Amino acid sequence: MADQIFEYAPAPESRSVVSIDPSYELFIDGAFTPASGDERITTLNPADEEPLAEVAVATSADVDRAVAAARRAFDEVWGPMPGAERGKYLFRIARIIQERSRELAVLESLDNGKPIKETRDVDLPLAAAHFFYYAGWADKLPHAGLGPDPRPLGVAAQVIPWNFPLLMLAWKIAPALATGNTVVLKPAETTPLTALAFARICQEAELPPGVVNILTGAGATGRALVAHPGTDKVAFTGSTEVGREIARAVAGTGRRLTLELGGKGANIVFDDAAIDQAVEGIVTGIFFNQGHVCCAGSRLLVQESIADELLERLKARVERLRLGDPLDKNTDIGAINSAAQLARIRDLARAGAEEQAVGWSPACELPERGYWFPPTVFTGVSQAHRIAREEIFGPVLSVLTFRTPDEAIAKANNTPYGLSAGVWTEKGSRMLWAANRLRAGVIWSNTFNKFDPASPFGGYKESGYGREGGRHGLEAYVNA
Amino acid sequence: MPDTAVAALAPDIAASNTSLRAYLHGLPGVDEVGARARAADLATRSIKTTAKRAAIDLAIRMVDLTTLEGADTPGKVRALCAKAALPDPQDRSVPRVAAVCVYPDLVATAVSALAGTGVGVASVATAFPSGRAPLDAKLSDTRRAVVDGATEIDMVIDRGAFLSGDYRKVYEEIIAVKDACGAAHLKVILETGELVTYDNVRRASWLAMHAGADFIKTSTGKVSPAATLPVTLVMLEAVRDFRAATGRQVGVKPAGGIRATKDAVRYLVLVNETAGPDWLDPVWFRLGASSLLNDLLMQRTKLTTGAYQGPDYYTLD
Repeated sequence: MADQIFEYAPAPESRSVVSIDPSYELFIDGAFTPASGDERITTLNPADEEPLAEVAVATSADVDRAVAAARRAFDEVWGPMPGAERGKYLFRIARIIQERSRELAVLESLDNGKPIKETRDVDLPLAAAHFFYYAGWADKLPHAGLGPDPRPLGVAAQVIPWNFPLLMLAWKIAPALATGNTVVLKPAETTPLTALAFARICQEAELPPGVVNILTGAGATGRALVAHPGTDKVAFTGSTEVGREIARAVAGTGRRLTLELGGKGANIVFDDAAIDQAVEGIVTGIFFNQGHVCCAGSRLLVQESIADELLERLKARVERLRLGDPLDKNTDIGAINSAAQLARIRDLARAGAEEQAVGWSPACELPERGYWFPPTVFTGVSQAHRIAREEIFGPVLSVLTFRTPDEAIAKANNTPYGLSAGVWTEKGSRMLWAANRLRAGVIWSNTFNKFDPASPFGGYKESGYGREGGRHGLEAYVNA
Repeated sequence: MPDTAVAALAPDIAASNTSLRAYLHGLPGVDEVGARARAADLATRSIKTTAKRAAIDLAIRMVDLTTLEGADTPGKVRALCAKAALPDPQDRSVPRVAAVCVYPDLVATAVSALAGTGVGVASVATAFPSGRAPLDAKLSDTRRAVVDGATEIDMVIDRGAFLSGDYRKVYEEIIAVKDACGAAHLKVILETGELVTYDNVRRASWLAMHAGADFIKTSTGKVSPAATLPVTLVMLEAVRDFRAATGRQVGVKPAGGIRATKDAVRYLVLVNETAGPDWLDPVWFRLGASSLLNDLLMQRTKLTTGAYQGPDYYTLD
């Protein structure tokens, strides 16, 4: 039969390109050193729940040590160093990331659960590109429009999420180092491995000790780090809930803060859109990285006159998504990162069904072990539903309709968040009209989830404040 | 099933260029950046082992083995026909190709060379490749090829008429050629390299399908760019949507520039994930090519034996 002609055979990327140690210590002052406490965290492969490695949990005493090392490095080496010299280190790091990208992509897929196609084609190229981009700025800061002689702030405390572990590390570390700051960074507790691999890259690049310190741990470690009075700057990417807590801790201390938090992005499809590409954009908007994307297009706003046709095409397209082994090169949807996140997605999906929205998923076999959730589309959603208001952070799309352009904008903006939006129309004037009215930090025109180091990224309202990326991203790390 | 309904345009739409324009320009637009990105994404599919083996055999069965040179001779065409019927004399398990594609004056030669092999004979017609000839010349070109035994006719559309907005001329010419084809299958070459925009490719695809095309084909192979993945993606979307709208299934044939097995497999992935598995059959999808066949044979041997053989082990025809 025709439908059996072309079953793609398994095409797994080799796991042997990466070697994972059974156990990792903290990276402080250029060396791996044991934590002062005995607590350890086991990081799992979310695709099969097998343990990958144990990592140390940094205590507040370890945070003190790391901040002291970063301060020393700032005062003695990195702060006084000419920008051109700092740039050389960043270029070196960028090149090493590029050279080791295959290994790092496999490691990221193992620890995070995201498909190798995305780590290989998105996470790794973008992470290297970020270092290349900010390496170029290091000796040009007086020309960045931030005053004649922008000065670094000092020690930056940085806490990053689990959805793009290495890429978020690059977004945080590259601009901080380019501007002459030193950093103490805490990766997420479920995805510490690429940050630890990055620590070794810093050693390989002969980065002066203390410029980059990596502390593994969970919430308590993060709290100790962002509250530490020896830091001059806090940068956080993660949930709005934790962001609020950090804002409270930092308020009144005089330390600088940037927050990149949640989102409930609207993807607006007008009736004159290029429909096949709009369908692709909807899929990229919500199913890229299993929907673990703060700027995901998790609310589809489609003009009512084309809603039926669009949804029919969307479902046909979603049926072709391939869910399974993250290391298979043909996998489109990988594993959910953790049991906790899976529970949250399930809870919100249940709420959608209870509120009478109609859920649909393609016939799709989920692997027995590991954390999995099928791509899901909810129709009949209204603004009052929880699944239209709360960030699900999973492969779940809520579909709403609108009748007129004004209604589309009103619904898109009717959210406490304001991180991203997408607009699909073949009419240039309507595109510009919509972009001017949407309250979101990033607006994509006839595309979605496209990133570039030269482009600033950040949110409005509960999506946070400050910008990362581009020239604007320098501003968060200098005294102008 | 094919040919159950012609799905011609309603007479009031086909009546004037104004109404045809309104209809064709009412089709959804194509975003070029998005179409290219989708084609590039599908090109990263990794087709290995058993899937690769199946894809290679399917691709061989889909080849329209083509020679369209001023220097073509009966001897050259006979050699090509021998290759089409038995692509690898050392390995009888290799399937035959779908058809041989030649100029109209060499159809009779091909027909006699291929008698009893099951390989079809396709002929280009209608003043290929430019299409710049009076309609009666195009029709007699077509009729002659059919009389000589061509089972498939690859016509070219009048790109000048299309680009000047004379959609009616293009439409009626295809209807006339389809009529002249009789029982022979009609492939309509859009020459997408001259239409340039993907919006034009989509409109020309729908125009040709409504006019009765059994296949829509990208290129003559004489204009650069010839077949590309994004253009083929747009045409596959068109046949998928046309079947959904009218119930009539139309085939697709990219032609020109497809030389490596890797390229052929990418086209099959595109078919599989765009139009769907219903099109994964030589009845509905063809690859217009000449040098591709030897690369398919070479990769097939590699999969069977684990080793590459040199090009001298494959016949040059």
